[in-house]
Amino acid sequence: MSPMISVRGVSKVYEEGASKVAALQAIDLDVSLGEMVLLMGPSGSGKTTLLSIMGCILGATSGTVKVAGIEVAKLGERELPRIRLQHIGFVFQGFNLFPTLTVGENVELALELKGIRGSKAKQESRRLLEQVALATKYGTFPADLSGGQKQRVAIARALAGSPSVILADEPTAALDWHSGRNVMLMMQELAHKHGRAVVVVTHDSRVLEFGDRVVRMEDGRIVPPSPSEMAPKIPPSWEVAANIQPSREAC
Amino acid sequence: MPPLARRNLLHDKVRLTVTLTGIVFAVVLIVVELGLFVGFTVTTSSIIDKSNVDLWVVSKHTPYIEQGSAFSERKLYQVLATPGVASAEKYIVRFAQWKTPDGAEESVQVVGFNPYTGVGGPWNVVAGSVEDLKTPDSVMVDELYKKKLGVTRVGEVFEINGRRARVVGFTHGIRAFTTSPYVFASFKNAQDYSRLSEDQTYFMLVRALPGTSLPALQRALQDRVRDVDVLTTAKFSSMTRIYWMFTTGAGVAVLIAALLGLVVGIVVVAQTIYATTVDHIREFGTLKAMGAPNSYVYRVIITQAGISAVAGYALAMGVSFFIVRASQSGGAAILLPWQMAIGIFFLTVLMCVSAALVSINKVTRLDPAMVFKG
Repeated sequence: MSPMISVRGVSKVYEEGASKVAALQAIDLDVSLGEMVLLMGPSGSGKTTLLSIMGCILGATSGTVKVAGIEVAKLGERELPRIRLQHIGFVFQGFNLFPTLTVGENVELALELKGIRGSKAKQESRRLLEQVALATKYGTFPADLSGGQKQRVAIARALAGSPSVILADEPTAALDWHSGRNVMLMMQELAHKHGRAVVVVTHDSRVLEFGDRVVRMEDGRIVPPSPSEMAPKIPPSWEVAANIQPSREAC
Repeated sequence: MPPLARRNLLHDKVRLTVTLTGIVFAVVLIVVELGLFVGFTVTTSSIIDKSNVDLWVVSKHTPYIEQGSAFSERKLYQVLATPGVASAEKYIVRFAQWKTPDGAEESVQVVGFNPYTGVGGPWNVVAGSVEDLKTPDSVMVDELYKKKLGVTRVGEVFEINGRRARVVGFTHGIRAFTTSPYVFASFKNAQDYSRLSEDQTYFMLVRALPGTSLPALQRALQDRVRDVDVLTTAKFSSMTRIYWMFTTGAGVAVLIAALLGLVVGIVVVAQTIYATTVDHIREFGTLKAMGAPNSYVYRVIITQAGISAVAGYALAMGVSFFIVRASQSGGAAILLPWQMAIGIFFLTVLMCVSAALVSINKVTRLDPAMVFKG
C-alpha cells in the first residue's frame, strides 16, 4: 500500500535579505495510514517546517511531497487550502480554538468549511465531542475549559470531515502529564483504531511510548534515532474515552 | 454557520465599546462638519431659494445677492411686456443700520418685497403675518436675532438708517450667512430704509406663465431689457453660494473644516476597524491553516465591519439628532437633510468595509504557518 504522506528529497531554504538559511535538507519520509510517527529533535531542527510542508501550509524549495497520492509541491496557493480541507486535520500547541465560539460551534465551524452544515453539522459535532469525551461541554466556551479539555476539543475539530492525515504540533507542550497522556492516547487511537496517518511533533520524551516510529531531526536533516527512541513500546489500542483520567482536569 | 463575525464583535464588550465609540465619534464629527457646511451653504442663498420665482433680473455683472446695484424700475414694464411672463415684482436686499432705543447699532439686511403677493417674502412666520407688513414703517425679524437686535416683543419701535421701524412679527429659522440679520419690509418701506430712489430697484423677481420655456424666456428678457443679467433662480443661488463658500475666508474655513472632519472620521474608523480585525488575526490564521478559502475569511471580516458600521451609524445618528436640534437655536445651523443622512450611511459602511479591506490585505499575506508558533 502506498504511503499516505510521501516526502522525497525535500529541502527548504529561507531567504533573509542576502543570507540563506537551509531549514530542511534532502528529507525523505513516508507515513502510512494506521501509523503514528513522532517527529523529534531540538528547537530549530526543522520539525515544524517539515510538518508545515506535509500539511500543505508551506511550500518546499525542492523535492516532492505527496499527500493522499496528490503531488502538492507544485500546487498553487488556491489549491492547497482545498487539500488541507479534504485530507488534513491540525492540532496546535496553543489549541487555537475560537474563543468567541462555544465548543460545539468550534467543531461546527470546521465542519462548515468542509461543506457540512445545519442540523447535520450539529449532530456530527456532538458525535465528535463524544469521541473525545466532551459531549457535555457542547455549549461551553473554551475559556471555561482546562488545557487538556481544550486540546481534546482541538482534536475533535481536527477530526471534522474525517481527514486521513492528522498533524499535531507539540500537542502536549501546554498540558500536565495526565492531560498530555490522554491526548497522546487519543492520537494513538486515531492511528491504530481509525486508521489515520498521524504525525506528532514533540519535544517530550515521555510520549515516546505512544509512537510507532520516531523520526529524529537535527539541523534540517533526519538523523538516526537514539537507542531509547529506536524501539518505542506500542501499547495496545485503547478505548480512549474509557481511559481518560479525570484526576487533574476539571471535567 | 457559526456566527463568528457577530461573536467576534460581541464577545469582548470593552473592545466593542471602543469600536463603536470610534465609529460614533467619526460619524458625529462628519455630520457636524458637513452639516455646518450644508447649513452655511443653504443659508447664503436661502432668500433666493425661498423666493419661489423662475427668474431673477439683476444689474449687469452682479456676482451675488448682497452685491446688487440699483437700476430703473421702468425696466419692470419691459419685463412685464415680454411674452411668457406671468408676473414680475421689484425686490430689494440691502445692508442698513439698525438702531435700538438705547442707541446701540447693528448691521442688518433689509429685504423689500411686495406684501400683496408675498413673492420673496418671509416664511416660517411665527408671530404676526405678512399682511401686517402692508402698514407703514412695519418690519419683521427672526426670533434668532431678537437678542442681537434688542427686540423682545411685537410692537417695539426701532430705527433703520434713521427711519422708524416697528416690529410687527417674527419668523423662525431664517438665518443670514453674514452677521447682518434679515429684516423683512414692504418694498416701499425698504426703499426708504435703504435710501433708494423711488424709481429704482435692486432686483426683479419673474414668474413665467405655465408651459413657457424658461431658457427661451430668459433669452427673450436678456435681449429686451438692457444693462441687466437675467438669471434662473438656481443659477443665481449657485453664484451666491459659490461666492460665499469659495471666495471668502469664512466659506473656505467651513469647507476645510468639513473636509478635515471627513478625513479625521475616515482615519478614526479605519484605525478602529483595523485594530478590531488585527485583534483576531491569529484566529484568521487558524482558519486559513484549517483550509478556509480567503473568501471565507474575507466574509467574516467584512461582516464584522458591516455590523460595526450599521450599529455605529445608528448610535451616531441618535447623537447627531440632538446636536442638530440644539443647533437650531444657536448661531450656526447644522443641517442634516435626509440625502446627507443616507449618504453618510453609505459613507460609514464604505469607510468600515474599506478599513476591513486594508486588514484583509494583511490577512491575505498572513502566513498560515504562524499557527505553529506557539
